[in-house]
Amino acid sequence: MSELSVEHLLGIKYLKPSDIDLIFKTADHFKEVINRPIKKVPSLRDITIANLFFENSTRTKLSFELAEKRLSADVINFSASQSSVKKGETLIDTVNNILAMKVDIVVMRHASVGAGVFLSKHVDAKIINAGDGTHEHPTQALLDSYSIREKLGDIKGKKIVIVGDILHSRVALSNIFALQLQGAQVKVCGPTTLIPKYISSLGVTVETNLKKALEWCDVANVLRVQHERMDIKYFPSTREYTQLFGINQKILDNLGKKIVIMHPGPINRGVEITSNVADSNESIILNQVENGVAVRMAVIYLLAQQVKR
Amino acid sequence: MSKKTLLNSKDIEIILHRLACQLIENHNDFSNTVLIGLQPRGSFVAKRLAKLLEEEYQIKNLQLGLLDITFYRDDFGRRKAPLAAETNKMDFLVEGKKVVIIDDVLYSGRSVRAALTAMQSYGRPDNIELLVLIDRRFSRHLPIQPDYRGRQVDAINEERVLVTWKETHKKDSVYIEYK
Repeated sequence: MSELSVEHLLGIKYLKPSDIDLIFKTADHFKEVINRPIKKVPSLRDITIANLFFENSTRTKLSFELAEKRLSADVINFSASQSSVKKGETLIDTVNNILAMKVDIVVMRHASVGAGVFLSKHVDAKIINAGDGTHEHPTQALLDSYSIREKLGDIKGKKIVIVGDILHSRVALSNIFALQLQGAQVKVCGPTTLIPKYISSLGVTVETNLKKALEWCDVANVLRVQHERMDIKYFPSTREYTQLFGINQKILDNLGKKIVIMHPGPINRGVEITSNVADSNESIILNQVENGVAVRMAVIYLLAQQVKR
Repeated sequence: MSKKTLLNSKDIEIILHRLACQLIENHNDFSNTVLIGLQPRGSFVAKRLAKLLEEEYQIKNLQLGLLDITFYRDDFGRRKAPLAAETNKMDFLVEGKKVVIIDDVLYSGRSVRAALTAMQSYGRPDNIELLVLIDRRFSRHLPIQPDYRGRQVDAINEERVLVTWKETHKKDSVYIEYK
């Protein structure tokens, strides 16, 4: 198998286990490439990629842009704050205008759930979802799994707990799909108000006691509280959240075993995770960032293979 | 589909010995020379030659790299079935070195072109030579010729020249396949 079974990367739920294997195998090669003296390959010389970020992003946008440039693609960037979207243009019109400039792949982040799927039905380009509202963020889940695999060897049978604001997190949903596809057990942990009501229908277990959740797991993926998506109060105070769901060295020391700590960023130091835990040896947060470029190179490379020439 | 054997394991052994001697003629003790096998199939030739040079001709500290050229090919997105990349093992830079690129069959010359581009990621070598086990004449798409050749073969485009190694196929042989 050296081809993806999908035409776009809209979400993990559309992928098969063999797609994930292929992406990881390809990412292994690209990880070697980005550690060379010259970190660039010429594969995508004839491909143009548009990064459309209708929502703020620093890490993901930089990571995608770097991945594209290391594959030698031509890159154009767009962010909604400086665009005609403010003047009332529709999404399809905006994208079709960009595609008229002969763009082959669109990487899009959008605040609306399903924006990627919608676009894939109406425009003639490969779509990579870089986050659609509270729905999916597939490349983040792929790089998270890739980093776990790198640290622990295999994902099958491992126990992973996702801690924090599950309700507003696209990272959580994509991670649940990705980890389950690879045979891991997944638990979510957070305040009851921030856990979706029917999440157990996805096959995950729920725990509201942080200590118990950490005792159970091999890996803890810690999420930020997304205040910007909250229109009502979900918990009394940030201080209380930290006391109940913040991960600090003392809790980890009392576990009697070592667990791997992950965070997709941006970190609110001192809220969901303390500084010394984030910077400790158990933390693979910076490995996640490095792997992000390799995994995104793999996804773009594999989709670009399908671009008609 | 029929096939005819061009070289058996004895022929291949003699050829490899000759190629090893030719390399020694030009590169002496190999102190400033690196051998680079093109993945996947050129690596078998390169590893065999390296083993011969070390064991039979007492060459010490031979540097051998295995270069994957998948990302440098000019047919990306144009093939019916995409190629999967292979492991790349280059533990050294080629800056100022004499490089010998090694492959099994030289056909269109496009793999070698890709290898020349890939090499640029590892520095500027003093010079680059090409060694191939089989040189198919009359089939080149690019102005590329080998410096060392095991055997020259005249085959038409519909025919395939295939090399098997005992590491993977139980025996060493070169045969030509007619469609």
